[in-house]
Amino acid sequence: MHVLDGQNMRLPGRDKGYLEKMKRLLISIPLVIITAFLAFNLGQAQGTAPQPPTDDQVNAIAKQLYCPVCENIPLDVCGTQACAQWRELIREKLSQGWSEAKIKQYFVDQYGDRVLATPPARGLNWLVYIIPPIAILAGVYILYRAFKSWKQGAPEDVQDEEPPAPTDDYVMRLEEELRKR
Amino acid sequence: MHSLLEKSLVTEQNSPETTTPAPPARNRPHWGRILVWVGVLGLLAILALGLRRAQQGPITVGDKVPNFTLTTFEGETINLTDLKGKVVVLNFWASWCKPCEQEAADLEAAWRYYQPGSEVVFLGVDYVDTEPEARGYLEKFGITYPNGPDLGTRISQQFRIRGVPETYIIDQENVLRSVQIGPYNGLNHIQSTIDPLLGE
Repeated sequence: MHVLDGQNMRLPGRDKGYLEKMKRLLISIPLVIITAFLAFNLGQAQGTAPQPPTDDQVNAIAKQLYCPVCENIPLDVCGTQACAQWRELIREKLSQGWSEAKIKQYFVDQYGDRVLATPPARGLNWLVYIIPPIAILAGVYILYRAFKSWKQGAPEDVQDEEPPAPTDDYVMRLEEELRKR
Repeated sequence: MHSLLEKSLVTEQNSPETTTPAPPARNRPHWGRILVWVGVLGLLAILALGLRRAQQGPITVGDKVPNFTLTTFEGETINLTDLKGKVVVLNFWASWCKPCEQEAADLEAAWRYYQPGSEVVFLGVDYVDTEPEARGYLEKFGITYPNGPDLGTRISQQFRIRGVPETYIIDQENVLRSVQIGPYNGLNHIQSTIDPLLGE
């Protein structure tokens, strides 16, 4: 205890400046850590900050959509103010991290199925997908049948040959009478 | 005396061997043909229904207006049938529509004129628009009557609008009484179409 007391008594006297240094060090360590942490986060935030969507990204989605106001003109090439607003909306949704499917669904919810370049295969829309292949298959079948019937109906021997001489008496007499007339 | 040729011809005509044999009766149904005909008739029926629907045309003056639901930008849901007994002024507009701006202030003035009487309801239907721009438009013209987007373009398809602005005035019995294609020419024009319906 005395020793300790002695030591405690000795310390301030031995190096008062040392304690001051330690105090400053203890204060500066958290400051350095906080500064480093903030600097790291700032750098990281700058490094991963989402880039604004490019026109190509916007148009990749826009070309799959049609504005009901400008019929038959894809959104990516439509020059009206309404279409420009739609493209801006796509840009905004992309910058918010929305996926292509989610953006398209948003437009369908807002403006109906008719904004889609390719109609969804539901309801009567499925006819659009079913009828063309069926029509093509039916056409191929009809052509196949037609070619087949032509082949069967074609004369087997088309050479100009003299008819064989009649051998039957009855036929010979018939031929004779025909010649006389 | 008949010659051999004549006999021969007569014989051939009467000969049972030379008559064309009747084709064997086929009892088996032609399922393929039946299926094709059913398919073709089904397609024609769908086509006929589509044509009939396309030729129905817009709701005309004197027609009963089918019910529709408008969800406003504030989230309020308004059904036409709930407004029975009131005159409904249904205005289709859009923020990108320049002619709509011509009548926006007049419509708001008309709404404020009729609001105390509670006999007339104004509804704005925002056609093919984006919400931020639509809200900006409402703020710009100080519009206070209920407005909402035409979700799925259902209401505009029901009325088969040809463009914006268009305004439909529906009477107390939900019967269409007036259609205005294009903007109104001032407050008096709006009042002249609504006033005759009040007190009916």
